[in-house]
Amino acid sequence: MAAEKMALAKAINESLRRALDSDPKVLVMGEDVGKLGGVFRVTDGLQKDFGESRVIDTPLAESGIVGTAIGLALRGYRPVVEIQFDGFVFPAYDQIVTQLAKMHARSLGKVKLPVVVRIPYGGGIGAVEHHSESPESLFAHVAGLKVVSPSNASDAYWMMQQAIQSDDPVIFFEPKRRYWDKGEVNTEAIPGPLHKAQVVREGTDLTLVAYGPMVKLCHEVADAAAEEGKSLEVLDLRSVSPLDFDSIQASVQKTRRLVVVHEAPVFFGSGAEIAARITERCFYHLEAPVLRVGGYHAPYPPARLEEEYLPGLDRVLDTVDRALAY
Amino acid sequence: MTVESTAARKPRRSAGTKSTAGKRTTAKNAPGTDPELVQLLTPEGERVKNAEYDKYVAGITPDDLRGLYRDMVLTRRFDAEATSLQRQGELGLWASLLGQEAAQIGSGRATREDDYVFPTYREHGVAWCRGVDPTNLLGMFRGVNNGGWDPNTNNFQLYTIVIGSQTLHATGYAMGIAKDGADSAVIAYFGDGASSQGDVAESFTFSAVYNAPVVFFCQNNQWAISEPTEKQTRVPLYQRAQGFGFPGVRVDGNDVLACLAVTKWALERARSGEGPTLVEAYTYRMGAHTTSDDPTRYRGDDERLAWEAKDPILRLRRYLEASNHADEGFFAELEAESEALGKRVREAVRAMPDPDHFAIFENAYADGHALVDEERAQFAAYQASFADGEGA
Repeated sequence: MAAEKMALAKAINESLRRALDSDPKVLVMGEDVGKLGGVFRVTDGLQKDFGESRVIDTPLAESGIVGTAIGLALRGYRPVVEIQFDGFVFPAYDQIVTQLAKMHARSLGKVKLPVVVRIPYGGGIGAVEHHSESPESLFAHVAGLKVVSPSNASDAYWMMQQAIQSDDPVIFFEPKRRYWDKGEVNTEAIPGPLHKAQVVREGTDLTLVAYGPMVKLCHEVADAAAEEGKSLEVLDLRSVSPLDFDSIQASVQKTRRLVVVHEAPVFFGSGAEIAARITERCFYHLEAPVLRVGGYHAPYPPARLEEEYLPGLDRVLDTVDRALAY
Repeated sequence: MTVESTAARKPRRSAGTKSTAGKRTTAKNAPGTDPELVQLLTPEGERVKNAEYDKYVAGITPDDLRGLYRDMVLTRRFDAEATSLQRQGELGLWASLLGQEAAQIGSGRATREDDYVFPTYREHGVAWCRGVDPTNLLGMFRGVNNGGWDPNTNNFQLYTIVIGSQTLHATGYAMGIAKDGADSAVIAYFGDGASSQGDVAESFTFSAVYNAPVVFFCQNNQWAISEPTEKQTRVPLYQRAQGFGFPGVRVDGNDVLACLAVTKWALERARSGEGPTLVEAYTYRMGAHTTSDDPTRYRGDDERLAWEAKDPILRLRRYLEASNHADEGFFAELEAESEALGKRVREAVRAMPDPDHFAIFENAYADGHALVDEERAQFAAYQASFADGEGA
C-alpha cells in the first residue's frame, strides 16, 4: 500500500490513524472530532476504530481543550488537539503561550509537552467571519512553540507523523482550502527533516517563498511567469518556526531576488522576519529589496471581498515584476 | 435562587466562635455563620463532633496531631524567613501564606504519595507536605530560575503564576489517571480570585463531564490582592459546584483537622470513581498579597485582629495542651527546630548562585531549535569579545 493518491485531509486522517495505532499514548481531542469526524472530516472514522477514550469529543471550550491536553501530556500522553477554525484558537491562546510554550523551560527540562495543536487555517472557502484567518505569526513569535504548515498531501501525512513524535509542542496549521487537493502519499518513504524547506520548483530569476495554501499559488505564478520567459524558483518553507533561513539564503544567492507570499497580513507577518534576515545574510547578492505579498492591515473581509484581500495570481505576478524591474 | 437561599441561616453551633469578622464581610460570607461550614476544632481548641467527617480523622493519634502542629509551625517559620529575606534584598518577591497553614497542611497531609498536586504560587505548606525542600521554592522568588524542582519527584507540579491555569492541567492529569485505570487522585489549588477565571469554570466542566478524579481546593482567603471576595462572587464559592454537577463543601480553613478530614473524603470520592469535588477552605490571608503589596490601603486592622483570634496554629496548640498531647519539651524542641530551619533557609538562599548566562537558551525546546542555536552562538561570540578583560 506504499504509494497512494489521496486528498490532503485524508492524508492527515491516515497519519492520525497510524499514530493512534502505533502508540497507545496518542490521543485525538477536539470539538466534533468523534462521531462527526470533525467539521472537515479529518478525523473521520477514528473514534469508531479507537474508541471514545482515545478520540475524545470535548466540551466547546478551547482553553479547556489545550489546558487538559497539557495535563494529559504531563501524565505521559501525546494529545493531538483540534481547534475547529483558526479564529477560534484565541480562547486557548493564554494556555498555549503562558503554559504550553514555557513549561518545559520552567521545569528546567524536567517535563516535556508533546502536544500537537491542529488548526485549519486560511481563507478562500467563502466562509463567515473568524473562519479564514492566518494567525501563524502570533505563534511563531513565541519561544517554546514550533509552527509548521504542509502544502500537499505527502507533507501533511509525514509532517503530522513527525509533529506527533516531537517532544516539543507543535502548532500544526492545515491549509483548509487545500484539504481536497489530491497528491501522492508514500507511507513507506523516509521523510526529510520536519523543519527543512524544500525547493519545489527550480528557477534562476527570482525566488518565491511560501508555505501552506500559497505554495500552489506560487506554482501557478511560476507557470504564468514562464510563459513570459521568466524563471522563478519556488521554495516551500513547510516550517515557520524554526524557519529554514539557510535554504532561503542558498536560493537567493542564486536568483538574487526574493518575494515572500503568505495569506497573513504583511505587517509583522513572517515575510517581515524573512526580509530582515535575508537582507542581512544576502546584502551583497540582492538585486532588489525583498518584497512581500499578503493580507492587508484590516480585519479579514466578508467572503465576497476575500479574493481582493488574499494574494492572487495577478497580485503576486505584479510584485514579481516590481522585483525584477530593479 | 441561591442568593436568597443563603439568607436563611441557622445560628452557628459554637457560641465561642461568634463572628468577629470585619465590617467588610457580609453576613452571607461570614465565617461560622454558615451551617454548612465544617469545623472539627473551634478557635478555642475545642474538639466538636461531626457526624459526617469525624470518621476521616478517627484514627488520628496524638503523634499525628503533634506532626500537624509541627508542619504548621515550621511552614510559618519558613514563610517568615522568606519574607525577611525579601526585605534584606535576597529575594525579589515573596508570596506569604501566613494564616493559611491549616488549609495547606490539612489538605496536603490528606494526599497519598501517588496523588498529584497542582499548586498556585502560595502553596508552600503543601510543598512541605509533599517533601519538596523549602529552599527549592525560593529560586523563582530570587530570580535564578522559574521553577526549581522536578515535578515528578514529589508529584508536585511547578508553581503556576497565571491565575487558575493549573486547574485545567490538574483536570487533564486526572483524565489521564482515569484512562490508566489507576486509583490515584489529583488536587488542584486555587484562590477566591481565580474562581472568576474562565479556566476554573472550564476545569469544572471538563472534570464533571469526564468524571475526572480531581479535588478542587479553593482557599478563600477573602482577598485577591485588594479585591474582597464580594468582587468575585454573589454566592458562597462552594455552591458553584452544584451547577456543574458535583458536590461543594465549605470547610473552616483555619482548622487543620477539618481540612484534613474533608480533603480525605474528597480524595476518596475521586479514587472510587465518584468524580470531582470542590472544597472551599474559608480562611484569611493575614499578610500582604506579596511583599510588593500594601494592605493598609484597602483593609483595616479590625478585620485582621478578628482573624488572628482564629489563628490555625494557636487553636491546635490549645487543643494539644488541653488534651495533654504535648508537653513543654515538645514545644521547646520545635522552637529550636524552627530556628534551625530558618538558619538553613537563610544560608541556602544566600549561597544560591546566579545562573550561568547561557541558561537563557537552555530548555527553550526539548528537541532544539535552529534559531535558538544561532542566537546562542551570537551571544557566545558577543561575550567572548570581552575576553580581554574590558567591559562585561
